[in-house]
Amino acid sequence: MSVLHRKLGRELLRMSGQALAIALVLASGVMTYVLTSTSLASLLTTQARYYSEYRFADLFVDLKRAPEHVGERLRDIDGVRSVDTRVVAMVNIDVPDFTDPVSALLVSLPDEGQPALNRIWVREGALPERADEVLISDAFADAQSLGPGDTLGAVINGRWQRLRISGVGASPEYIYQIKPGDLFFDFERFGILWMRRQPLATAFDLDGAFNNAVFALRPGADARDVIARIDDVLERYGGQGAYDRDDQVSHGFLDTDLQSLVVMSRVFPAVFFGVAAFLLNVVIARMLAAQREQIGILKAFGYRNGELALHYIQLVLVIVAVGSLIGTALGVWLGRGMAGIYAEFYRFPYLDYSLDVGVAVMALTIAALAALAGTGHAVLRAARLPPAEAMRPEPPSRYRRSWLERLGLGGWLDQPSRMVLRHLGRHPLKSAITVLGIAMSVAIVMLARFQVNAVDALVESEFGLAAREDLTVTFTEPTSYRAMFALAAEPGVGQVEPMRMVPARLRAGHREYRLAIRGLVAEPDLHRLLDIHQQPIRPPAEGLLLTSYLADTLGVVPGDSLQVEILEGDRPVRQLPVAGVVPEYIGMNAYMELTSLNRLMREGNAISGVYLKVDADERDRLFQRIKNMPRVAGVSIQREAVRSFEEDMAGTVLIFTLVMTLLAMVIAVGVVYNSARIALAERARELASMRVLGFRRAEISYILLGELALLTLLALPPGFLIGYGMTHMIATALGTELFRIPAVIAPSSFAFASCVVMAAAIGSALLIRRRLNRLDLIGVLKTRE
Amino acid sequence: MSASQPEPHAADLVFRARGLTKVYQMGEVEVHALRGVDLELARGEFVVLLGASGSGKSTLVNIMGGLDRPTAGELWYENEALSHASERELTEFRRRYVGFVFQFYNLIPSLTARENVAVVTEIATEPMRPEEALEIVGLGGRMDHFPAQLSGGEQQRVAIARAIAKRPAVLLCDEPTGALDSKTGVVVLQALDTVSRELGTTTAVITHNAGIADMADRVLVMTDGRISDERRNATRKSPDEISW
Repeated sequence: MSVLHRKLGRELLRMSGQALAIALVLASGVMTYVLTSTSLASLLTTQARYYSEYRFADLFVDLKRAPEHVGERLRDIDGVRSVDTRVVAMVNIDVPDFTDPVSALLVSLPDEGQPALNRIWVREGALPERADEVLISDAFADAQSLGPGDTLGAVINGRWQRLRISGVGASPEYIYQIKPGDLFFDFERFGILWMRRQPLATAFDLDGAFNNAVFALRPGADARDVIARIDDVLERYGGQGAYDRDDQVSHGFLDTDLQSLVVMSRVFPAVFFGVAAFLLNVVIARMLAAQREQIGILKAFGYRNGELALHYIQLVLVIVAVGSLIGTALGVWLGRGMAGIYAEFYRFPYLDYSLDVGVAVMALTIAALAALAGTGHAVLRAARLPPAEAMRPEPPSRYRRSWLERLGLGGWLDQPSRMVLRHLGRHPLKSAITVLGIAMSVAIVMLARFQVNAVDALVESEFGLAAREDLTVTFTEPTSYRAMFALAAEPGVGQVEPMRMVPARLRAGHREYRLAIRGLVAEPDLHRLLDIHQQPIRPPAEGLLLTSYLADTLGVVPGDSLQVEILEGDRPVRQLPVAGVVPEYIGMNAYMELTSLNRLMREGNAISGVYLKVDADERDRLFQRIKNMPRVAGVSIQREAVRSFEEDMAGTVLIFTLVMTLLAMVIAVGVVYNSARIALAERARELASMRVLGFRRAEISYILLGELALLTLLALPPGFLIGYGMTHMIATALGTELFRIPAVIAPSSFAFASCVVMAAAIGSALLIRRRLNRLDLIGVLKTRE
Repeated sequence: MSASQPEPHAADLVFRARGLTKVYQMGEVEVHALRGVDLELARGEFVVLLGASGSGKSTLVNIMGGLDRPTAGELWYENEALSHASERELTEFRRRYVGFVFQFYNLIPSLTARENVAVVTEIATEPMRPEEALEIVGLGGRMDHFPAQLSGGEQQRVAIARAIAKRPAVLLCDEPTGALDSKTGVVVLQALDTVSRELGTTTAVITHNAGIADMADRVLVMTDGRISDERRNATRKSPDEISW
């Protein structure tokens, strides 16, 4: 080990507090990177393996009814490898001792064995054998504590039947077990039930016929082309338009989650590495300034620029190595936990977790590059300093009156306050950088709170102001207003509002999107539409009102024309104008006035569902009666769904907030502590002189710590601004077809961020205060400046 | 190398300077530190440079040591033209041939006495062992002390040990006793004298202290950037004979 290495070791030891603070910030970056990258990688691997082992289909289609032989024609389509024809139906079910309406999606299995596509992973029990047996989805089974041998009641095509549970399982088709049309899970009130084809078809009058098909494509097949052919074949059988995995609900949600993980894996590490680079810059620059003469002497004795640069870079790299080690260890440890949480959340049958060495190497490389970016310039400049110049002490610092004093307010300030202001003014750039560092930690705390704020805002806007109904009842097929009046006459029902949903494909140029157009009454009072100012607006009598994200996706603005292909009934194709946009956070919707939609369908006054306001006391009895109504396909309780969603998320959100807050504190402490240590090193002589002159400890502490307090306070407003900007950035990056996250920050978050950062600053100040108290008065005065 | 007065002849000249000029830009003022210095230094010669502050002594020694470059004029070290050398070549020159001693010792505080010497021997071609160098300056017993644990004189002797440990051809000392009391100063000067005699190192010592001049072979007096006076001592006095 060379002497220079020994020098490096001792100096690191001397600045171990500062080095550790920086290493921890780097560790935070490495940790978030390793954590998110490994979780993401293992989820993607697991997803891919699950999809391929359980043969997740490539294309999906719903239709009204087609005879079984049509399946052969589908199989013959060029590019199709295999087809499963199925019977799929929504039913209401009775869970013993549970009064709320529960709906389930019944999916047929072939009469023997596993299906060719979307195979079932049987977690417990077995696939159904008898006609009255079903295998139920795992999330539903867990939420309702149901298992093999238990029974359920189901209203199948108007007839109540008892179903026996043969097993519990899942399939890649329903990783996200969410009720079609809903946006939040509600495992208690929705499940998937797999049943053998024969009994299911019989119950729904679909003997020798099917109403759903799934497809596997040959490698290299053009999905768009195949979709067009499927639609051709199924047009006369009430085909609702085939779609690929992107439009498949479960896959779509899963993909959205994974995408948001990708965003997290980039944004957060970037912030930490940026802050670490800045801290290293400040600390190393200060160190180089202090070692100016040492550098000079080493150069005088013939050390080369490269050797000196390497010496200081090694010091930086040791900090990087320590940080990376801590970060990788934490990242791997938490990564396994987080991937486990995700795997449990998605109920994957297994989890392929492995730490890719590449991820660790990548994290180390990024951390090293960030550190070098922060220090490289200062190190090279110091190494290049001509030796004669390096050995000359730095010119004395120039001070001047601060602007407060120049404004004539000087008289208000005591001597120590004047020193604080002048010192800040002497290094405006350094002060600004410190402020920026602290501001970053303010911003990160705000990001930590952002998820909570966003969900609150989303729920408030979507369910408090817009969708104000308590229940949505949907019918098995379009029906007359009589069904609504029947519901309205039920005791406990307050307001009712009809609606119509029609599956359609919207096209603008080469872009298209499949959805259900919603027809609403002319002046909705329950299910309202809100403009950007959260003011209710009416659905248009002419044309379509689009979710603004949908308008962007289709590349249209109000006034443009859209081709609307209805996928139901007579399947009319029309050109309709875009009448306007609504800034909705959830889903992508197209709205019309109910009467206009019915005119378009040429079907008279049909409705497919009703929004209801109900009396809370009558709720349970009402549910019982609605469940047994013949044409009711499903009942959604928005509020319950939102509540269970929030409960589901509460744990995760809390952990996330906690971790982010901790990380933000690491940054705040790193910045404040390092700034304080540097300020102390620079001014130890001055402060010791003042102690000699008779100033008390508290008084000199004020000079140093007052400066830090001022910098921390100055950092709050820019911190808020950066936090706001990052929130917007992340909200935009996370926006998908399913969700847009409102970029809102609650006032309490500003207060919370301020408190966290001030607490970190006070903690750092206490650490420094100990050093100030131990200031060696004689020793400090003897050292040469 | 003989300890007595050497007769310089061309083959034995280590440094040759012709019309050395150095102009610094200090803000908006030009400072003429050297105004045409001609100088020759023989191998093994012990030279003392006297002069008031700002007379150009340090500038001259820095240029001779390859720490700085002249604005004009020629400087040769043996057959190398230092006046035209690149920064890289100057670094190699210092690395191979030069030892420095400075007024404020400039030890590295995080290294012990031994390590402060080793920092130089590690990059030298035929160095003595750090312990050996410290013995020469009489610090054999304090090798594992850090600079903060040594007195000023001891620190300066570590600095001398550091400078001589690589057996430099040239030893350049800028006010080596400037920060020391006379008693400690004598010990330091004895160390320099020993090194110069025993290793035959060409030595240049800058000082304010005219008394020190008596231990030199030759004394140069600088005034206002020029060599204004030059004299040869018949004999080199030992440092303990010097009146302070």
